[in-house]
Amino acid sequence: MKEELRELYRHRELLYMIVYRDIKIRYKQSIIGFLWAILMPILIVMSGVLVRYGYAVATHAPFQKGDLASVAVKSLPWAFLISSIRFACSSLTNNGSLVTKIFFPKEIFPIASVLVCLFDFFVASVALIVLLLIMQIGWSVYLVWIPVLLLTMVVLAAGIGMIVSAGSLFFRDVKYIVEVLLTFGIFFTPVFYDVTMLGRKGKWLLLNPVGPILDGLSACIVRHQSPELSWFAYSAVFGLVAFVSGYALFKRLEPFFAEGI
Amino acid sequence: MSDVALRMEHVYKKFRKGETYNSLRDLLPALTGKMFRGELNERDKREFWALQDISFEVKHGEALGIIGHNGAGKSTALKILSRVMNPTKGRMVVNGRLSALIEVSAGFHQDLTGRENIFLSGTILGMKKREIESKLDQIIAFSGLEEFIDTPVKRYSSGMYARLGFSIAAHVDPEVMIVDEVLSVGDFVFQQRCMERMRSIIDGGTTVLFVSHNLKSVMELCDRAMLLEHGKIATIGPTDSVARTYLSDSVRSHGGQEDNRVCISQVKVRDRAGEQSRFESGQTAWVDIEVTASEPVEKLAVVIWLMDEFQYEIFNTSTERLGHRPFSLQAGESYRCTFELTLNMAHGTFQLCTAIHRYDLGKNYDRWVPASTLFVGSTTAVRGAVNCFPRLASTETVSASSRSDLLEAVPQPSFSPMKSRT
Repeated sequence: MKEELRELYRHRELLYMIVYRDIKIRYKQSIIGFLWAILMPILIVMSGVLVRYGYAVATHAPFQKGDLASVAVKSLPWAFLISSIRFACSSLTNNGSLVTKIFFPKEIFPIASVLVCLFDFFVASVALIVLLLIMQIGWSVYLVWIPVLLLTMVVLAAGIGMIVSAGSLFFRDVKYIVEVLLTFGIFFTPVFYDVTMLGRKGKWLLLNPVGPILDGLSACIVRHQSPELSWFAYSAVFGLVAFVSGYALFKRLEPFFAEGI
Repeated sequence: MSDVALRMEHVYKKFRKGETYNSLRDLLPALTGKMFRGELNERDKREFWALQDISFEVKHGEALGIIGHNGAGKSTALKILSRVMNPTKGRMVVNGRLSALIEVSAGFHQDLTGRENIFLSGTILGMKKREIESKLDQIIAFSGLEEFIDTPVKRYSSGMYARLGFSIAAHVDPEVMIVDEVLSVGDFVFQQRCMERMRSIIDGGTTVLFVSHNLKSVMELCDRAMLLEHGKIATIGPTDSVARTYLSDSVRSHGGQEDNRVCISQVKVRDRAGEQSRFESGQTAWVDIEVTASEPVEKLAVVIWLMDEFQYEIFNTSTERLGHRPFSLQAGESYRCTFELTLNMAHGTFQLCTAIHRYDLGKNYDRWVPASTLFVGSTTAVRGAVNCFPRLASTETVSASSRSDLLEAVPQPSFSPMKSRT
């Protein structure tokens, strides 16, 4: 694995070029340009607000600005995760001619997909920061957790991305399965709701490794608390295992890409 | 570092024929079905070997051509050489930076400009950004696309597309270079430029593996060649002799016998000294042909013709057209004739073909296409298709004032075509 990572490092300029290419094309072709990056998060936030408002009406609890902030803070990373998995999933098949013709570490494609979506995420974050400033959500030292939590998210996305990209290269219907999982995944992940809203049993939802990360972000940005360390550790280990095993699987399958595609 | 640039050791590559499953929806039922029927090992029957026991070495600075008919394993060999596929058995060793010049425009993105694509493709081919920056002007100049370099490549014509692709690839400067048919892109002028560039790359000490069925370019670029047949090495050695084996194989595969009562039994090309395939322009070649009948046949003629490398028929004659009467043969009888040809072509590789024909019925008997190959060389004085054996009848520098007088005084033909070439 060490040797393979070194090979990947040697091709870092190629990774950069592919990321640059994809970003450039994405923003060059769309009429709305940079709005593209915040379109999906806005939709997610709006549906989240609707769900939360409905919850507030049903339970006769007041709808607080913290709810809006929490939904917004969790929607962006969720949008990042699903778009990077979706994009990574078709990255190898979309670059089929390069996969079959030229030798270089092919994990560049799913990893580049994740990085491109990370770029979108940062663009959208600017809008989010403005929103949070307007809402006067305040700040605390716990904000230092943000990069750690985001890194975990990126590692997890890259791990899953490599697995699904290799999978969809060999089996074309993997794409549809992934699509369904991503669409309904939001109901099994505490994006619109907080785990506390489901009472004691809500904790089980944190078994979804994305849960603790989103909850942690909400904790350190909105609630000014430290993330729950044990749950975060669980997510971090899960993310790392997903990355290492995804990478190992990807490298095992890589020699068969050219004939399997 | 050893002097071996690339080595294949007993390389085998296996493929599976027939149905493969590319969706889980098909695979899962098929697998469970097979498990119940206990047929899991069934697929072994459908395997075939695309390459078998391929071993060879290429030394640093050497150019090796790999030729073969369609389906002989060239593309598989190419993929293994460029490392996008792993051999099933055996191994390949490469010393030095390897770059594959295969369909270079594969890395292009339609919406990016020519300049952006140079950076993208260059990086894909293994160049560093700084390297590309320093060669950017050279690459653009080579492609001849200065005006369009900031236009998205989707607006390019296919020729421009290919030209840009080759220009990038030709500037990668690897130590070992794998080349396929990319040389046959663009118009004639650009092809010439590609060949020149390839030659200078080879002269510069780069090891080149050239996979092609364009025999002419292989002959021009490579000293050594390897012939693949059904996934095995048929011969490996000097390009001339390998090319001859390759072409004589085509006789067997192309010899469409429409009526086998009479067959061509021998074709021999010779010069004054004996059997020969290399000639100088203007030399005389003798072609001995023998036809043998297995049943009685009447009113036959022997036809010979020459084709250039583009399969154009450039010359055709027959015994009958040369004034010889049609001949008839009894069973077991043979007929021999010798054609004497003055090779007035300028330079190139030509295929000599021959057939037995009956003019009054328009009927074809046996034909050999090609029967033999002629390599015609010429001095550097002549370019083009034919040799008109030019001679410089006169030259003179004329002052501006007396020019008009001279044009009248000197008959036109004296202005030899050589003048524009000097």
